[in-house]
Amino acid sequence: MSEAATPTPARRRRQDPLIPSGTVRASAHVCMAAGCLSMQADTVFDSLCDRVTARGLTDVAVKRVGCLGLCAAGPLVAVPEQGRIYDHVGALDDAALDGVVDGLAGGEGGRPIATDPFFSHQVKVVLEHCGQIDPERVEDYVAIGGYESLTKAVTTMSPAEVLGEVTRSGIRGRGGAGYPTGLKWTTVAKTESPHGKYVVCNGDEGDPGAFMDRSVLESSPQQVLEGMAIAGYAVGASQGYVYVRAEYPLAVKRLTTAIRQAEHAGLLGPRIADTSFGFEVEIRIGAGAFVCGEETALIASIEGGRGTPRPRPPYPAASGLWGKPTLINNVETLASIPAIIGRGAEWYSSIGSGKSLGTKVFALAGAVVNTGLIEVPLGLTLREIVFDIGGGLPGGGKFKAVQTGGPSGGCMPESLLDMSVDYESLAQAGSIMGSGGMIVMDQGTCMVDVAKFFMDFCREESCGKCVPCRVGTTQMYRLLDRITRGLSSRDELAELESLAAMVRDTSLCGLGQGSPNPVFSTLRYFRDEYMAHIDDHVCPAGVCTMEPREAALAAGEGGR
Amino acid sequence: MTVAADASPASPPRDDKRWRQVDVRIRRLGARPDGLIEVLHTVQEVFGFLDDDALTYVSEALGVPPSRVLGVATFYSHFVRKPQGEHTCVVCMGTACYINGAGAIFTRLHETLGIEAGGTTPDNRISLLRARCLGACSMAPAVVIDDEVHGRISPDGVEQMLEAL
Repeated sequence: MSEAATPTPARRRRQDPLIPSGTVRASAHVCMAAGCLSMQADTVFDSLCDRVTARGLTDVAVKRVGCLGLCAAGPLVAVPEQGRIYDHVGALDDAALDGVVDGLAGGEGGRPIATDPFFSHQVKVVLEHCGQIDPERVEDYVAIGGYESLTKAVTTMSPAEVLGEVTRSGIRGRGGAGYPTGLKWTTVAKTESPHGKYVVCNGDEGDPGAFMDRSVLESSPQQVLEGMAIAGYAVGASQGYVYVRAEYPLAVKRLTTAIRQAEHAGLLGPRIADTSFGFEVEIRIGAGAFVCGEETALIASIEGGRGTPRPRPPYPAASGLWGKPTLINNVETLASIPAIIGRGAEWYSSIGSGKSLGTKVFALAGAVVNTGLIEVPLGLTLREIVFDIGGGLPGGGKFKAVQTGGPSGGCMPESLLDMSVDYESLAQAGSIMGSGGMIVMDQGTCMVDVAKFFMDFCREESCGKCVPCRVGTTQMYRLLDRITRGLSSRDELAELESLAAMVRDTSLCGLGQGSPNPVFSTLRYFRDEYMAHIDDHVCPAGVCTMEPREAALAAGEGGR
Repeated sequence: MTVAADASPASPPRDDKRWRQVDVRIRRLGARPDGLIEVLHTVQEVFGFLDDDALTYVSEALGVPPSRVLGVATFYSHFVRKPQGEHTCVVCMGTACYINGAGAIFTRLHETLGIEAGGTTPDNRISLLRARCLGACSMAPAVVIDDEVHGRISPDGVEQMLEAL
């Protein structure tokens, strides 16, 4: 570490990226998203700055950037000029750090991005700027063409033309249900409201196993703000709210910085691009309630109340925040908008397949080698995502299922690996697209236990307003718990199935309606595991601890 | 809670300078009822938890009925009504963490610290919490100790880290 001790101005080391005044021959992009940051990426950044300075490289930049995607191999450093990425650059790993500096100086190192299957299958629209720009510098976003789409929209297009463009792009809501975005925008635009309308960005990404919105907000917050402003122009709103979970402090911090910088630069605020259109954005921080991802609950929370949903209609498009017409879109949907306006609907709709157009960001996690964030055209198969991009299961593990859609989704078995990943196929298979979490499970996972895990989640997160959800999830959890303890019977399983159907059909909002989905899908594809617990008193995966058989028999249940 | 019945704490414990931070926040938000959650966030940041006095004061300052303030403070899991220990240890129980062994981590901490989720050790050193999902799924299982995320961690690893605090 002798080189690192070379004195450099203390101020720069803490704060500023290393940007040479002349031409830049190579630049090190140090990932500063939550994953890499937890592995001391900030120290990696400082150390690289020091080493580059000490080596006397005057045409080399060192920048902080957002998520580079391959979280499994962090901390990550990319050198875009050479198309290479360095993984596992530990903060105290002299060899790895010097390797990056050698590469910046012109040497060979890292792995090529273009031929790496993790990167080469991806098509980046939402994540286009993630890992390219410093999320805390609006200059960076403007330099790569940021806010050009907003300027184009407000100066050369009418609101109706913007609506038309979004509608023709075919984009559907990326938050879960897949409602056509253009249709939603048009409804809000058509609703007359003399006292204003609102645009709300839903960043309450509560699905366990999903972290796409966190990464987008942490890596390219200006892109989301630009999308909101374009939406505001199209529907006739001048005020926006971003609702972010309290669990994402870094996203809140970067978004706060982004709003301040954009307002300071005149990119947001009154009279955008010297037109009469103005748009302001405020942040609202959630407080740990999963149900607030549901749009009417989210509105109640922004209004400062308990986040409980209400029956629809009226839909928020007609009567939302403070009774005004309100457009609510997910982070990823809004982050797609600048590209759609900038490059046109035809370009966007040329990506994807069938009724599912464009790209989708997925968070790969669980028993998979390349955990991280990926963006792919809709219509890829599960096999391509899990095995080609994800690199398969670690340690030669055997694939069992992939879970999509969080607590309202389902588990896809091996037989469905060649299924296309789009809204319709997933729904047909008994799952949902959801926000985009994909959890890969190996043979060591018990599917009954997984169903119980999700039911426990729904039971605790139920807001308690409607009876089917409040009582039903608790009872379903009890029945699942009895199965995992070997105390259940075939009669109880039938009871579980009928209760699940009742909760699905009668709950007030998506949380309750979707809560039986993990039960339905595991019963559909892994019924034999349920039967093994009930009839044979064993957990095939070896996860559940069975009560002694005598206890089960004494209870007058279980056994054959 | 006796927010409504107890008439004495009409004004906040003014002697504590930290109330000024709360007052600034209330002013910035225009003292409007819809700023309730934001103000509660500030109170918790400043004092670490929400006690009855704080809720009474917020209720008066924003013109929100005490029943509604208590309703909001107890609805959201992020708000705590009891003082927390010196350090906090949050075990993520999201799907990815769960199937990668978060349960074993929690069980170990529960046994060695002798406390339930939401509890604090008798010496007031460590509070043990569970989170629904921290969005750190790529590093599962994840544990957050005093706001710092630690990924791919084992029960032994967490224990060592807590001992070193």
